[in-house]
Amino acid sequence: MIRLSEHLPIIQVLVPLFGAILTAFARRGTTAWAIAATASVLAPFVSAAMLWTVFETGRPISYVMGSWAAPWGIEYRVDLLNGFVLLLVSVIGVATISYARKSVAAEIDAHKQAWFYTMYLLCLTGLLGIAVTGDAFNAFVFLEVSSLATYVLIGLGRHRRALLAAYQYLIMGTIGATFYIIGVGLLYVVTGTLNFADLADRLGPAMDTQARPILAALAFMTVGICLKLALFPLHAWLPNAYAYAPSFATAFLAGTATKVAVYLLMRIFFSVFAIAIPASALPVTEVIVILSVAAMFIASFSAIFEENAKRMLAYSSVAQIGYITLGIGLANQLGLSASLIHVFNHALMKTALFFALGAIVYRTGLVNISQLSGIGRRMPLTIAAFVVAGLGIIGVPGTAGFISKWYLAMAAIDKGWWWMVFLIVASSLLAVVYVGKFIEVAYFREPGPDVAEAHEPPISMLLPLLALAFATVYFGIDTRLTTSVAEAAASALLGGAR
Amino acid sequence: MITSLTPETLALLATVIPLVAAVLIPLFARHPNLRETVTLTSAGLLAWVVWSLLGPVLAGARPELIGVEIVPGIALAYRVEPLGLLYALVASTLWIVNSIYSIGYMRGNNEPRQTSFYVCFAVAIASAIAIAFSKNLVTMFLAYEALTLSTYPLVTHKATDDARKSGRTYLLLLIGTSMMLFLPAIILTSVLAGTSDFTSGGILDGRATPLVLGVLLALFVFGIGKAAVMPVHFWLPAAMVAPTPVSALLHAVAVVKAGVFSILKIVVYIFGIETLREAGTANWLVWLAGFTIIVASLIALRQNNLKKRLAYSTVSQLSYVVLGAAILTPISVVGAAVHIAGHACAKITLFFAAGAIYTAAHKTEISELDGIGHKMPWTMTAFTIGALAMIGLPPTAGFLGKWFMLSGAFETSQWLPVAIIVASTILNALYFLPIVHRAFFRSPDHVPLDPDEMPLGAASVGAAAVRPHAHDGGRKDVDGDGDGDTHDHDHGEAPFPIVLALSITAAMTLALFFYPEVPLSLANAMIGR
Repeated sequence: MIRLSEHLPIIQVLVPLFGAILTAFARRGTTAWAIAATASVLAPFVSAAMLWTVFETGRPISYVMGSWAAPWGIEYRVDLLNGFVLLLVSVIGVATISYARKSVAAEIDAHKQAWFYTMYLLCLTGLLGIAVTGDAFNAFVFLEVSSLATYVLIGLGRHRRALLAAYQYLIMGTIGATFYIIGVGLLYVVTGTLNFADLADRLGPAMDTQARPILAALAFMTVGICLKLALFPLHAWLPNAYAYAPSFATAFLAGTATKVAVYLLMRIFFSVFAIAIPASALPVTEVIVILSVAAMFIASFSAIFEENAKRMLAYSSVAQIGYITLGIGLANQLGLSASLIHVFNHALMKTALFFALGAIVYRTGLVNISQLSGIGRRMPLTIAAFVVAGLGIIGVPGTAGFISKWYLAMAAIDKGWWWMVFLIVASSLLAVVYVGKFIEVAYFREPGPDVAEAHEPPISMLLPLLALAFATVYFGIDTRLTTSVAEAAASALLGGAR
Repeated sequence: MITSLTPETLALLATVIPLVAAVLIPLFARHPNLRETVTLTSAGLLAWVVWSLLGPVLAGARPELIGVEIVPGIALAYRVEPLGLLYALVASTLWIVNSIYSIGYMRGNNEPRQTSFYVCFAVAIASAIAIAFSKNLVTMFLAYEALTLSTYPLVTHKATDDARKSGRTYLLLLIGTSMMLFLPAIILTSVLAGTSDFTSGGILDGRATPLVLGVLLALFVFGIGKAAVMPVHFWLPAAMVAPTPVSALLHAVAVVKAGVFSILKIVVYIFGIETLREAGTANWLVWLAGFTIIVASLIALRQNNLKKRLAYSTVSQLSYVVLGAAILTPISVVGAAVHIAGHACAKITLFFAAGAIYTAAHKTEISELDGIGHKMPWTMTAFTIGALAMIGLPPTAGFLGKWFMLSGAFETSQWLPVAIIVASTILNALYFLPIVHRAFFRSPDHVPLDPDEMPLGAASVGAAAVRPHAHDGGRKDVDGDGDGDTHDHDHGEAPFPIVLALSITAAMTLALFFYPEVPLSLANAMIGR
């Protein structure tokens, strides 16, 4: 009799993977949805159990594949950092899957629905896999699994431009993945290992003799991952991908895909390179800080002038990713905590916002802001949830977004960059403008003919939306879960105690 | 049973009651009478709860409630201290009167969306109470933003283009200044002092250089846009598009007073009067407050629209409180605190009167008010009392605040504040007394005749009665409702609830002069006397 609890890391990945295979055999959308829902609902229990174990014991969970001990075999290793990310991804998965049924039924052709759910589960498998693995090459494999599934998810959008958007992302995503694997290859040549922990041990000594390939690897991996997480100016693929993907896919990807890439970047930077090589060897963090600030402002301005609501939120995502990477660039305890907290908070808020848009699309088929006049009076709960999540994006106190900004500002002060505080708050003012623009149209104009028939979405779409809006407020007030886990994970990252 | 409520419970109830009201009000959306009963009951309960705190606080109790920690070392927390209680008393007491008035006004003018109006109002009051009782800067900031957001729908209540434009100014200016300046100031303070709790004597003594203190003070003063110190005052005149009860309670009491109250509380409990005086880098605040007082008065002088004139008068009067804080003597700070209460009662009376005139006579411009005192004697008498308080004449509440501020300035030989107060008193008289004069001592015949009013036209063509009033057609309709109501020249007083409300507040304005014990003792307790 095997004890299930010992195998949680692999179960985390296998459940959605087997789910994907099963859904591929399903012919009807509803059956496929039921399978996908079962797999998705199981996931957070697994990740919560692991996070709890790590938190309680204070030691990471190590799982060796097929009893091949690390570093020869593939090791799955769950510490606070990736336990946190796993929980986030799987929770967003549950929220989106309950939202999915009606939304997918409306937006995807009946005969493609089962495939759609297969792709969703594969994507989930990939994202969870990146987070759970302790092996650089295995991470690449999962990166590709999730990316390939994502291309299909985006390409299934109703608009013909969805294909173009998927193709754009395919090209960019492939370049990113290739850069990453080039980096992994260089590291393998230098050290002969692929295990993150082992790499960290061996890179230090290797640095004396083979500095150049190691720095090249760092550069390649940074650029590759930054492409995936859409750091400005490598974000060009994101607005179209988010805008033309089916509503469900947009909400899911916005909450998970970039967040997992952020995790990978942190892992590579702090668990692998930061231990081994001096920070002065390559000005990576400085560059990231500059690009992050640029993202916070330029993408926010793009959002202000965007007419398509989904693209507006997509640009907002690029700006918000700027906050996350800024924390990484600050590279201190508070900065990393801020990043992790914002990874979590932004996932909640942005998924809620895309849910709200998806609900509007479900009822009206419209995404252009100017056509949505008076929608607030037709769909009061939906738009109210949008407003709450929007306030979170702005960073109003009492919402989760405020907590992220507070930590980020503290991190900047901790580094002695007082002026950065003003940049952080100034950029959140830009969010007031684009969120406000939507709210004005939604509430202040008389309902036009386009939205005359609109009303609240079905309960299966409304509930997850309201739950996330509630979470936006809840995690702005009760911050114990997010801050304690994030701070501990940040300490672990900086202390090198992986 | 009643005595078993601890001060801590009372402090909690003070926030819970209006929030419960905000939840209950929509349930009775279809039964306006029940809905208004909810508002009035909760207003009454709230005032009772807040007044019940007076005894314990004067006896030295400082009830505390500590909630969850939202950022490291800083929890959402309440601590009822004298100054906060004073502000809470003002806000909660005037909410009752204002609710009576709102009912008369909203029904009298057939305003739409009354349910959401009352909901936002209740949330705004809850936020105001939370600002009053906040134990630390972060709690205050949270409530401050909640107040901005909950009043935004009230400002834009009419949902016209004008309202939307003003709403933008309102939101962007208030959120903008608070995010860009107030929040960084809070963050810097907590880093420098290691805490953000309001503490007697301040928390920054010896923690920062004089220069940093000066900069920090500037961040706070300009960051708290609600105090409407120039040049961040634009939102206040813009917000006058709101229905009059909103202007009255929010822009004479809750919102603007939240601003100056916050500044006062920060000067007294974060910086500490002593610390700031020794630093010597806060002198500019006297100049700034003086500049705002004088310039806003000059602008008020030029306004023909009654509500606009009142708005600029508010901008000017608010800076008295800032000035009182800037003089940096215990007695002037007491004056500032007393002025918060006195100005609130007087200004709400003036707004009530303006709304009464609009409801009864559909007049918004000062030039139309000739002889109106004879038709609306109660309203205009109350208006006169309010105007006297603005000028600072006895026997009104306005006198006390000015008196203490002047004493503080004399005590420390600061002649600039003295000059400012004297000059502004003259200006206040110049822009309020003519209105009183018009109302009581000029007969309506002085008005250039309207086509409507020509006896022949009116007698021969009955249609004149349905034509919109010529004044309304030609001028910008600030209330933005664009109503084409028939203009009844034989109007009398406004509906009873309105007259009742404004009479009560006028009486309060007088009563505060004769019985200033409550605000005075609270203000003295604030500075530890």
